[in-house]
Amino acid sequence: MDDGLDDAELERHLLQRWETPHGVWNALATVDHKIIARRYLVTAFVFLILGGLLAVAMRIQLAQPEARILDPDRYNQIFTMHGSTMMFLFAVPVMEAMAIYLVPLMVGTRNIAFPRLNAYSYWIILVGGLLLWISFALDAAPDVGWFAYVPLSGPEYGSGKRADIWAQMITFTELSALAVAVEIVVTVFKQRAPGMSLDRIPLLVWSMLVMAFIVIMAMPAIMFASSTLILDRLVETQFYNPAAGGDVLLWQHVFWFFGHPEVYIIFLPAAGMASTIVATFSRRTIFGYLPLVMAFIATGVLAFGLWVHHMFVVGLPRLGEGFFTASSMAIAVPAGIQIFCWLATLWLGRPVFATPLLFVIGFIVTFVIGGLTGVMVASVPFDTQVHDTYFVVAHFHYVLVGGAVFPLLGAIYYWFPKMTGRMMSERLGRWAFGLIFLGFNLTFFPMHILGLLGMPRRVYTYQPELPWAGLNLFISLSALLLVSGFVVFFIDVLRAWRSGEPAGPNPWKAGTLEWATSSPPPAYNFRRIPVVDACNPLWVHPDELAVTTGLRVDRRELIASSVVEALPQARESSPRDSIWPFWAAIATSIMLIGSIFTPWAVVWGSIPIAVTLIGWFWPKGTAEDTS
Amino acid sequence: MKSTSAFLLLALLVSGCSGAQSVLNAEGHAAIELRTLILGTILVCAAVWLVVTMALVSALVRRSDRDGGAVSERKAAAAVSGAVGATVLVITGLTIASFYTTRALSEAPTPELTIDVTAQQWWWQFNYVDQNSARAFVVANELHIPVGKAVRLRLKSSDVIHSFWVPSLAGKQDLIPGRENSLTLQAERPGIYRGQCAEFCGLQHSHMALFVIAEAQADYERWAERQRGAGAEPTEPEMVAGKALFMARQCAACHTIRGTRAAGATGPDLTHIGSRRTIAAGLLENTRGSLAAWIADPQTLKPGNNMPLVPLTSDELRQLAAYMENLQ
Ligand code: HEM
Ligand SMILES: [Cu+2]
Repeated sequence: MDDGLDDAELERHLLQRWETPHGVWNALATVDHKIIARRYLVTAFVFLILGGLLAVAMRIQLAQPEARILDPDRYNQIFTMHGSTMMFLFAVPVMEAMAIYLVPLMVGTRNIAFPRLNAYSYWIILVGGLLLWISFALDAAPDVGWFAYVPLSGPEYGSGKRADIWAQMITFTELSALAVAVEIVVTVFKQRAPGMSLDRIPLLVWSMLVMAFIVIMAMPAIMFASSTLILDRLVETQFYNPAAGGDVLLWQHVFWFFGHPEVYIIFLPAAGMASTIVATFSRRTIFGYLPLVMAFIATGVLAFGLWVHHMFVVGLPRLGEGFFTASSMAIAVPAGIQIFCWLATLWLGRPVFATPLLFVIGFIVTFVIGGLTGVMVASVPFDTQVHDTYFVVAHFHYVLVGGAVFPLLGAIYYWFPKMTGRMMSERLGRWAFGLIFLGFNLTFFPMHILGLLGMPRRVYTYQPELPWAGLNLFISLSALLLVSGFVVFFIDVLRAWRSGEPAGPNPWKAGTLEWATSSPPPAYNFRRIPVVDACNPLWVHPDELAVTTGLRVDRRELIASSVVEALPQARESSPRDSIWPFWAAIATSIMLIGSIFTPWAVVWGSIPIAVTLIGWFWPKGTAEDTS
Repeated sequence: MKSTSAFLLLALLVSGCSGAQSVLNAEGHAAIELRTLILGTILVCAAVWLVVTMALVSALVRRSDRDGGAVSERKAAAAVSGAVGATVLVITGLTIASFYTTRALSEAPTPELTIDVTAQQWWWQFNYVDQNSARAFVVANELHIPVGKAVRLRLKSSDVIHSFWVPSLAGKQDLIPGRENSLTLQAERPGIYRGQCAEFCGLQHSHMALFVIAEAQADYERWAERQRGAGAEPTEPEMVAGKALFMARQCAACHTIRGTRAAGATGPDLTHIGSRRTIAAGLLENTRGSLAAWIADPQTLKPGNNMPLVPLTSDELRQLAAYMENLQ
């Protein structure tokens, strides 16, 4: 028990229990959510760089008409790789990474729920990313776009193994996303610090919770889509073959039933980050906590009612189109509520213009543009003119980069000190923000005009007689400005990591629990689990938080609490490090990759999976196992 | 202000642009309705953006007279509720405008002409159907329509999904294997309108253009009458040799020239290729030189397209090109 120990002795015991020892083997076996989140983050940002380089390649090709720098096959691989990398290997995982790092700290617990599943999820997404990028290196990357419409991706037109690799990469990333979603839901519902009732949960945690539910509801659709595609290609089922009674539109329905919510999977965490940063740098509690939570939930629900707006030109019945126009327009209301609450918070507070807040201000300005162009394309007649043109490319980059990457970069500046114990530079931060904000708008705003001038998306080139060359050259040059901003950002990250100013536990004087422990936090997160009696406990009790005692120190233990009031219910053991999730991930990968080539991989490949799962769950008689 | 300058730019484009393929250069019944909706919506949205941005700026700079007390909390609550109410109003207004446009578009007059459009990788086939099947004819990549008349297109695909889009005339509509869609075109002014496939369809998606030529009824009739006829007989020895080559080599296996043995169905109908403005779905202007260049090496000009390289000597090339050009 920890009651009798003084602080130093307690820390010694906790470290002994929780710390990951040195060595490769231990690193592979660790289940510390902070270490895993760090791996996720680094991996996701590497994919951001790779995806960005592909974008630069596209912009070089498009800078002039009929350029022959990239041939059409390469170009098609590149835009598919760019979209798939950015969506599945950067945007979604990076938000999950932030959740894995921050949620346990913000709810005041010692580790994420199902920490071994967490370790497993990382190895899975890593292999999925490697699969995609190794196929690209071998000139065999998918070339059918990030939504891989059949029949182009089907057995008849999709040559080689390219579309199979795409489909299986989807399976990898979704499997890992699903695992993380379950961990987040359980962590938030069952592991909150005593007293953190539903109305005291930090907004970031709320947004991650809604995101996790969206993942859980959307994944079955994409799993169905990618599995049936592979079946069509591998064992000649005919889900999508009209000649045999299949239906090519079925693909679009199931893909977008997942694909549209995917956008909110990326955006909602960003909204949570923006809410956090706005509150901290306005020096006051967020205005409209309840409306914001309601807006998050409403967005999550509505997200499932508007997938058809990606299909407005496939020839649907008019009534259906009307419904989906109205529902797509309606999502502007919760988005508006969020914007207005942030504005009110800034208006009521005394804004401090630190880099994180700059990124959030940039986010509001650009995201409103993306939201408004979203309202435009929600109208069926409007959309018939801009669908699949550069107008849409502009729209979704305003939403994805302006709406998610900007707040994410702000969040990195904000939480970097927590994660590393070191501050990033305000001076470089301002440069990074300025270059990225300016570069982004100069790159993407003109694309709206290109779209209205008739330039379709996914073209590897265009003819000189079309009036697009000037704008395209301008866009390509502006993209260099944008890239230079990212270069400054990464330089700052590397510099700060090695030699940034020490941060101290709470450099921003923020109010939520992650700032109640040292930076970086110890392996066990909190010496004693705090007791919460406010939304921003550190603002209410700047000097000392009340804490609980009574957890054992001879094994990993944390507090399980009730869903609504977060009343402590039980002492719950938390799993120790284990190498089995790693082996299970390897076995799963072999099965999934094998099934690209032969259906028998599913049969034989399940045996090693079963073996590794038995190893994973084998009772070992340790304290953690026996309660 | 970005959005105002953007609007100025838009206004400029609307007035000054005679671009062949532009939403803003609307010359068709549907496109004109759509342009009104599009510019109206953009204007409303630009105003909304301006208001939000101004609110943001004032929230950031206005710092002296803040009391931070209960009064301003209440003021903020009122402002937020008001803004949400305004959002609902704007959204409702835009939705209604959208529905009205849809209704206006569906009230197009009954079509006087029906054309079957079949898209394939990477060109367009237009079948001018007729109750009297002897009067039906097929052309590729160049659609002639009478101006001021509603024309119904029945849209089909024979391989993957494509999308028919001639922005100056109407919004786009997909062509989907296993389904049939339809689209009504009505050009209000004579002209040549460029269009392009708008759904990614593989390697040469970028080079899958088409031209709609809207002309006076009489011109249209004359054109159609000529298209119904068989391919012109060669008049010069060079062309005669070209025709013989066409029949002897792989050409005839894929292309049709009505009035000859050539009846292939894989590639575009070439009966009147010489009368077309462009070849290879808008890729090249139609001259004897570009015809020869295309036949000599289609894979370099349009990598991945479905026409194979047929080995020919330069004399043979010249003869074939001459024959093609003569197929007026
Ligand atoms: C460095 C900044 C970026 C630049 C310059 C850029 C540029 C582009 C361009 C030119 C295209 C159009 C390709 C085409 O239609 O042929 C594109 C597509 C796309 N981009 Fe980006 N992009 C950037 C960042 C991002 C980010 C951060 C995301 C997501 C988080 C993203 C997501 C996408 C997606 C999903 C597509 C569609 C791919 C497809 O058509 O399948 N991009 N990008
Ligand atoms: Cu096409």
